Amino acid sequence: MRVSLFVPCFVDQLTPNVGLATAKVLKRLGHEVEFRSAQTCCGQPSFNSGQWDVAREGAIRALGVFRGAEVIVGPSGSCVAMMRNFYPELLKGTTHAAEAADLASRTFEFSEFLVKKLGITDVGAKFAKKVTYHDGCHALRELRLKEEPRQLLRAVKGLELIETEEGETCCGFGGLFSAKFPMISTAMVQVKGGALARTGADYVVSSDPSCLLQIGGWLSREGKPILPLHIAEVLANDA
Amino acid sequence: MDDSKAIFLKDATVNAADGDQRAFIRKALGGYYTNRDLQKARYRDWERARDAASLAKWSAVNDLANVLEKFVTNFERNGGVVHWARDAAEARAIILKIAEDVKAKAIVKSKCMTSEEIHLNDALEKAGYGVVESDLGEFIQQLRGEAPYHFVFPCMHVKREAISELFTKHLGTAPTDSPEELTMIARRHLRQLYIDADIGITGANFLVAETGQISITENEGNARLTAALPRIHIALSGIEKVVNHLDDLSVLLPMLATAGAGQPMTCYNTLYSGPRKKGECDGPEQFHIVLLDNARTRLLADPEQRDALHCIRCGACLNVCPIFKNIGGLAYGTTYQGPIGSVITPHLRGLKQWNHLSGASSLCGACTDACPVRIDLHHHLLHNRRNAAKESPTLFDRVFHNGFNFVISRPWLFAAGGRVFRATLPLLQKLPLPYMGAWMKTRDLPKAPSQSFRDQWKNKNV
Repeated sequence: MRVSLFVPCFVDQLTPNVGLATAKVLKRLGHEVEFRSAQTCCGQPSFNSGQWDVAREGAIRALGVFRGAEVIVGPSGSCVAMMRNFYPELLKGTTHAAEAADLASRTFEFSEFLVKKLGITDVGAKFAKKVTYHDGCHALRELRLKEEPRQLLRAVKGLELIETEEGETCCGFGGLFSAKFPMISTAMVQVKGGALARTGADYVVSSDPSCLLQIGGWLSREGKPILPLHIAEVLANDA
Repeated sequence: MDDSKAIFLKDATVNAADGDQRAFIRKALGGYYTNRDLQKARYRDWERARDAASLAKWSAVNDLANVLEKFVTNFERNGGVVHWARDAAEARAIILKIAEDVKAKAIVKSKCMTSEEIHLNDALEKAGYGVVESDLGEFIQQLRGEAPYHFVFPCMHVKREAISELFTKHLGTAPTDSPEELTMIARRHLRQLYIDADIGITGANFLVAETGQISITENEGNARLTAALPRIHIALSGIEKVVNHLDDLSVLLPMLATAGAGQPMTCYNTLYSGPRKKGECDGPEQFHIVLLDNARTRLLADPEQRDALHCIRCGACLNVCPIFKNIGGLAYGTTYQGPIGSVITPHLRGLKQWNHLSGASSLCGACTDACPVRIDLHHHLLHNRRNAAKESPTLFDRVFHNGFNFVISRPWLFAAGGRVFRATLPLLQKLPLPYMGAWMKTRDLPKAPSQSFRDQWKNKNV
């Protein structure tokens, strides 16, 4: 299959390893991987801030960027939910509605693509660490993914998966919410991050790099001995 | 900044920093989660039950004028008197007029959030009536001089010792830490007040159109006494509480109990069918209902958010909301707290003044999943944000988002800007920039890589 990567803007700039790992796993499974460099940001910050006219421009640009792509795979439940669920809402009643629906049907979150589209759970990865998993809210509730990332992690050689308290509780990121209401966002990450740290895991793994920014940022500030890691980075590990 | 927003930010900041109080609320809700899951598991299919409950409310709300008329016809046939109130002021005036007409002195109330919405107690007290809340939680909040913290569990934030002190101060009882004894103190105090009251004011959980009955759900039996002992019964209800059929309650009552309190059924579920009839030995002489609009028809006119009128006030969305759990119910400054409050308050009281509540959400969607009548809560928060941005755009937002869009619509500029951003990130983190400064107070950022993903991809570094 020819996979077009959808790399979130902040992954591109701040955590490029997540994008590289995504490509590595897909290539290892025998797929052709492309990156269309005209892509930037999906527009979710503006969409969530109520600036739908601005976000709509971004959605229309993305339709152009990914026109003709066989499948689009993104290592972020949140950014994929933006394309899958919210582009159709933004473009409802416009001449772009049909193309938005078509893009939505071709766009997958990384773990979803592997398990649901390709039917693969064992990607041949090894990672001899204790990890706990954080469900990003968009993956969990907008895309309805819960078992897919866990199936992938359970198949990793040497990996021990520990479930956490507050398993389905939000980490408090929420995009600009984390900076507009920092006191609430911080209280939320104290609850979530505290629970994750108590698991005794070496890593907190998630399919959402934005949650990992929040959780990792707080864990680092608090000096907790548990590190954030994207699921693609776990699965890319074959040594 | 509007007052309501400034107060919210201040209160939310104080409460979010109160680790003890937050832990107390989480602990208080711990038992609820266990019981709710236990009860949900007893349904053959909880999701189908949600569909049925949602449909029952949908079919009434989407035909509201006709269903209400049917209810009114049947309610009057049962001997009740119907009053229509366009807004809070009209509702208060109607109830004050009834009190005056029947020469009332003392009034007893059972739990009714709609009465909080119209600030009824204030109005009655100012007019010289003695008003007592008979629901234990509401009674405690009345003594504390505080609004309900949670519209189902009004005093869930109050510790047992504080309740004991409150009773000692106001009722002169001996201190105790036994919940049973505290309940008995309130019960002994309230019992005579039911008997002395001329008017009992209740809310209504459901108005049944086909029978003209009012359904009230409660755990303490106080609503029964409030409705039955005084010679006048006044029920105050929002117009959206109507359902078509008695049969609709067969799904709505258990779901209200399970979603709201983790119970299979609430202890007392009573249908009230009018005043004392000829030959009957008890019940009120008069039975009034005040049907309140108070901007509900404005919400009804919005097809996108109309489903917010399905709300059965179970409180499930509050119980799962991480915002509610971390800032507490009082910080909202609204009658209805939590996600449903953040959705409907802008409709009831003005979008410009109350949109900040829609902003104060990570949009995690736990509320929408918990809602027994499938209100699309967290997406409506997005809709409120969109409507507010259109109705009263702020200069900062327009400049910020158009500026951001200017950059991201030019991939070369995005790449170049990203390079500058990464190179200067250590410095930027120290500056009091909007957003960045707020983030850096409690969280670190990853160390910026020297090359972006797109750079590495171009250089085939994969």
